[in-house]
Amino acid sequence: MEGTKEPMTEATSAAPVRAHDGNGEFIKFAEVSKRFGSNVVLDDLSFSVGAGERVTLIGPSGSGKTTILRMLMTLLRPDSGTISVNGEYLFHEERGGQLVTASESHIRRVRSKITMVFQQFNLFPNMRVLRNVTEAPVHVLGKPKDEAAERAKELLALVGLGEKLDAYPSQLSGGQQQRVAIARALAVDPDVLLLDEVTSALDPELAAEVLDVLRDIAKTTDVTMLLVTHAMKFARDVSHRVLMFNQGKIIEDRPPEEMFNEPRHERTQSFLRSVIDET
Amino acid sequence: MSGEQVGLLVDGALFTLWLTLGGAAIGLVLAFLAGLARVSSSKVLRAIGFVYVEFFRGAAVLVLAFWFVYAMPMLGWQFEPVFAGMVALGLNIGAYAAEIVRGAIQSVPVNQYEAALAMNFSSWQRMRRVVLPQALVAMIPPFSNNIIELLKASAVVSVVSIPELAFNGQLIWSGNGQAAAVFGGLLVMYGALALIFTIIMRLLERRAARSVGRQPDPGWWTRLRRRSEVPA
Repeated sequence: MEGTKEPMTEATSAAPVRAHDGNGEFIKFAEVSKRFGSNVVLDDLSFSVGAGERVTLIGPSGSGKTTILRMLMTLLRPDSGTISVNGEYLFHEERGGQLVTASESHIRRVRSKITMVFQQFNLFPNMRVLRNVTEAPVHVLGKPKDEAAERAKELLALVGLGEKLDAYPSQLSGGQQQRVAIARALAVDPDVLLLDEVTSALDPELAAEVLDVLRDIAKTTDVTMLLVTHAMKFARDVSHRVLMFNQGKIIEDRPPEEMFNEPRHERTQSFLRSVIDET
Repeated sequence: MSGEQVGLLVDGALFTLWLTLGGAAIGLVLAFLAGLARVSSSKVLRAIGFVYVEFFRGAAVLVLAFWFVYAMPMLGWQFEPVFAGMVALGLNIGAYAAEIVRGAIQSVPVNQYEAALAMNFSSWQRMRRVVLPQALVAMIPPFSNNIIELLKASAVVSVVSIPELAFNGQLIWSGNGQAAAVFGGLLVMYGALALIFTIIMRLLERRAARSVGRQPDPGWWTRLRRRSEVPA
């Protein structure tokens, strides 16, 4: 596929370089561990993602993929290790030369450039489609209402829902809801977009319409994306890199062509076989 | 029944209405304060909410009314009986309703909270813009029970000489001795007041359902019209 090997240069100029090089390490996990009870979900995990890179996380359920996304969204905290985005620690801040647990306001500031699209869409049912998309730009970013509405209409047209501005989420199909959720996420001008199994709750036809929208977006923006998905063809089309997770560790990290055509690790081979059999 | 007696009943009904509305207003404010306190991340606020709910849920309205009208003056605060009645009713019903507020907030799916966080709303914005509007829909049906409880409890505060419906009813009865007529009439009047509140709350409920994009059940008026459209 085209686009899988383009160099990561253009999107990085805006990033000021601080704690680490913002270029190849726009997102950086350093020795991150997380356990739920006795279940180790992430085991001393280190990896990084470059600015503008699109990385798909694959692996069996419970292997820690979604945990990675949820940590980046600050819905979960690591037990140990650090996570940084654009050179700033997510859960830590420096005070008096020491790294201490970050305050809520620090987390909120770093989080402002990260957003997420969820498996279950999670639109706000009390708001019509347009307001779902304008609410954060107006009340979080402080954009003027008409400007936010203008941009929201553009984004909703982009996802093919320019006609549904006044509908409530409950009046839309799952695929339409998910496309609104994508527009809502793009409306806050994120640097990092997290896509957590965004088509798993949809039947194949509706999933296809969502994936088409995401393909377009991947082509036209330079937002850094982390995706967890079981749609392997889609992953191959849009991502620059694929990380294979198993038991809280990355066991293979390669471009999609190589990963899907000639997986090296035995676990990757069996996983890919089972996923492809399924679909 | 003489015109004078009818006047007494009407005046009494107005006092009852006034007590109920005042008590509901005080109760609503307290319910939201205490309900939000109980889901707060602050331990102190949670404790305050807990103590308020547990204390005033168990406090008899009758005793509260006595307390405000007869005991507080001894401590230097003079309460006007009607206001004291409203406060007693409001404190009590607020404690019940606080639990409804808390339950409704906690019934909003956690994924709504997560989506609001992904949009980087502040914790207050998450509550105010996402969680509360959804929780409100779940609060209204139990609130309408509460307000009818409140209406009936307002009869209790007649003991501190508030000339509301029950008080004036007793006044008329002591004058004419016609218990069946007087108390039968009172029952009908309380029933009618309750019906008014039920209808208002039902309208609010439908409006709230619409505000989250839910199609409310067709009301009796719509059903009636539809039935008449069916050709005989």
